[in-house]
Amino acid sequence: MNKIVAKEHFSENVVKLVVEAPLIAKSRKAGHFVIVRVGEKGERIPLTIADADVEKGTITLVAQKIGVSTHKLCALNVGDEITDVVGPLGKATHIENFGTVVCAGGGVGVAPLLPIVKAMKAAGNRVVTVLAARNKDLIILEDEMRQASDEVIIMTDDGSAGKKGLVTEGVESVIKREKVDLCVTIGPAIMMKFVSLLTKKYELPTVASLNTIMVDGTGMCGACRLTVGGKTKFVCVDGPEFDAHQVDFDEMLMRMGAYKELEQADFANKILKK
Amino acid sequence: MAEDRNEAWREELRKSTKNSERLQIPRIHMNELNAHFRARTRDEVNQGLTLEQALQEAKRCLDCPNPTCMKGCPVSINIPGFIKNIERGEVLEAAKVLKQTSALPAVCGRVCPQEKQCESQCSYKINFKKDPVAIGYLERFAADYERESGHMSLPEVAAKNGKKVAVVGSGPAGLSFAGDMAKKGYSVTVFEALHEIGGVLKYGIPEFRLPNNIVDVEIEGLRGMGVEFVKDCIVGKTISMEDLKAEGFQGVFVASGAGLPRFMNIPGENLIGVMSSNEYLTRVNLMDASNEESDTPVLNGMNVAVIGGGNTAMDSVRTALRMGANRAMIVYRRSEEEMPARLEEVKHAKEEGVEFMTLHNPVEYLGDEKGRVKTMRLQVMELGEPDASGRRSPVPVEGKIIDVDVDVVIVSIGVSPNPIVPNSVEGLDVSPKGTIVVGENMQSSIPTIFAGGDIVRGGATVILAMGDGRAAAKAMDEYLNK
Repeated sequence: MNKIVAKEHFSENVVKLVVEAPLIAKSRKAGHFVIVRVGEKGERIPLTIADADVEKGTITLVAQKIGVSTHKLCALNVGDEITDVVGPLGKATHIENFGTVVCAGGGVGVAPLLPIVKAMKAAGNRVVTVLAARNKDLIILEDEMRQASDEVIIMTDDGSAGKKGLVTEGVESVIKREKVDLCVTIGPAIMMKFVSLLTKKYELPTVASLNTIMVDGTGMCGACRLTVGGKTKFVCVDGPEFDAHQVDFDEMLMRMGAYKELEQADFANKILKK
Repeated sequence: MAEDRNEAWREELRKSTKNSERLQIPRIHMNELNAHFRARTRDEVNQGLTLEQALQEAKRCLDCPNPTCMKGCPVSINIPGFIKNIERGEVLEAAKVLKQTSALPAVCGRVCPQEKQCESQCSYKINFKKDPVAIGYLERFAADYERESGHMSLPEVAAKNGKKVAVVGSGPAGLSFAGDMAKKGYSVTVFEALHEIGGVLKYGIPEFRLPNNIVDVEIEGLRGMGVEFVKDCIVGKTISMEDLKAEGFQGVFVASGAGLPRFMNIPGENLIGVMSSNEYLTRVNLMDASNEESDTPVLNGMNVAVIGGGNTAMDSVRTALRMGANRAMIVYRRSEEEMPARLEEVKHAKEEGVEFMTLHNPVEYLGDEKGRVKTMRLQVMELGEPDASGRRSPVPVEGKIIDVDVDVVIVSIGVSPNPIVPNSVEGLDVSPKGTIVVGENMQSSIPTIFAGGDIVRGGATVILAMGDGRAAAKAMDEYLNK
């Protein structure tokens, strides 16, 4: 059981939770994730760690209400307990001084991108961060990103903040104006696919952090597998970060839809009815 | 030979019935739920013996002066000792005898392959060419009787010796080790990665073979002996081996079990609906996915194929029936004779209506426009020359390929060892297959670290894992008292 010590609404559907987890706070590194479970009949879902405070013994998670499990998680309040939090899982981000790094985040993917931005900056990189969302209200962690990055470019679909356009346009504008050595992207699979297609064109090495379906998250079930460079890889232990140019994003998008119909029915029964 | 054979009551009991008379008693049949009914429920298939049946079966045992059955048991249970206690009607005493050597008698009585172990060495079988004494059924009977009596006994626990040991993983190897070390007076803490204690006994073996509450009772027994359990804690991730050392743990037993599932690397294997048996069984057993209250989904197929011929394959295919499959198939590349699954599991699966497609091997899966598997393409095989394992190896029959409609495929062809501990401990000797290398006494290349179960064997049975736990406890105790 892990107590929630702080909660903040980034938007109606996106919530930040600060959770007591002293051992995880101590051992986690940028790129790691945890598995959480809400309630005794709860599902095990992976969430990337957005931040940690070793002294306070807390980790920060950002979740978006999508299905039953994320609704239950986001409905918890300060003082409530998350039934299970286990981690840190996966491999940590490979951090070194690459030169200039473009970090491209979309939606709630911006949250797990923050510790990577911080670590890249701390390693001596020039970090340009591109944040993208549908509109101004859905841009999260802008201040924290500005503090951690050398420059922040905001992209919105409707132009209500920053420039109007997609994340790829923001990334491309940087590539066109200066030498970039690495791109890191976290966001919806479809977004990472297009960032990857763009950077491949420019032969810019790119790392994507994948959020596939998982059950145990510890390398036992294989639910998270996907094809990387023609080989089957397990996101929970081989990832979650991979060379984006090698990832079969179409297969990933297909596999992410495996339980869509079942989940929608479950959502209608458990959340909408109430 | 156990000393208790010379006790007066045992001698008297031996004299009370002539061996020739005992030999005339036929082996008892296990009471089973009707196959047609049980194939749609999660109720336990084997219903256990009645007291009357158990007394009769116990009478068969000849109480041999040299009980060969015990040599077939990886944890050396005092088999005649517990059976004769049943015969004289002291079933609670029988349960105590079991607990001297086995931390989980109700589990072993259900899932051990007795036909390959104790019962294969029974004198009925060896000397008289008759059906062996039903040792497994009697073991289960004694353990169940004790549990249902409400008079659970705890094994004798030595006074605390002030030493702390840690266990990584709460499956059968870890639990068996924990029980033995607690008895010896150690303070034992078991660290479990998942949110439930029990490892494969919970996530893997289905309830119709091993109900979860049976496992829970055995775990409560260990708690009663002072064993502590920590859930949601991964040694090698959440805490390190150094952390354990700093916390004062003098020895660590690694029983972290199975890891990544193996796939065949054939086209279409990542289609929706194709999954590992670990995933399928975890969703259904651990996460209770068929319960409406559960938030975990599972794909329920009408036409389900399970690839493989081991016990896990049988568990998966029988689970699929219970989840509503119309057609549940075992696809196995060799013939039935080579199947590694227990005979009882194969028999039960057949009775329940599982189709056995032996000498077939998948070569490709085809999907629909949404990426869902709809067809499996099978290569027909025939048996050729014996291979390294001594089994006749299957070879493709050229040109013979068939297509079968499927909507769920469960790949059950084995697992590789869990990589977390091997990858996170420097200086630990690991085999090319990823198993932890240990000596005969289960000690690894790092003297304070012992290991056993699937992390050492790469895929074995519950009882072999428990035997490892027992051997490791003995060896670690000796090492720490040097």
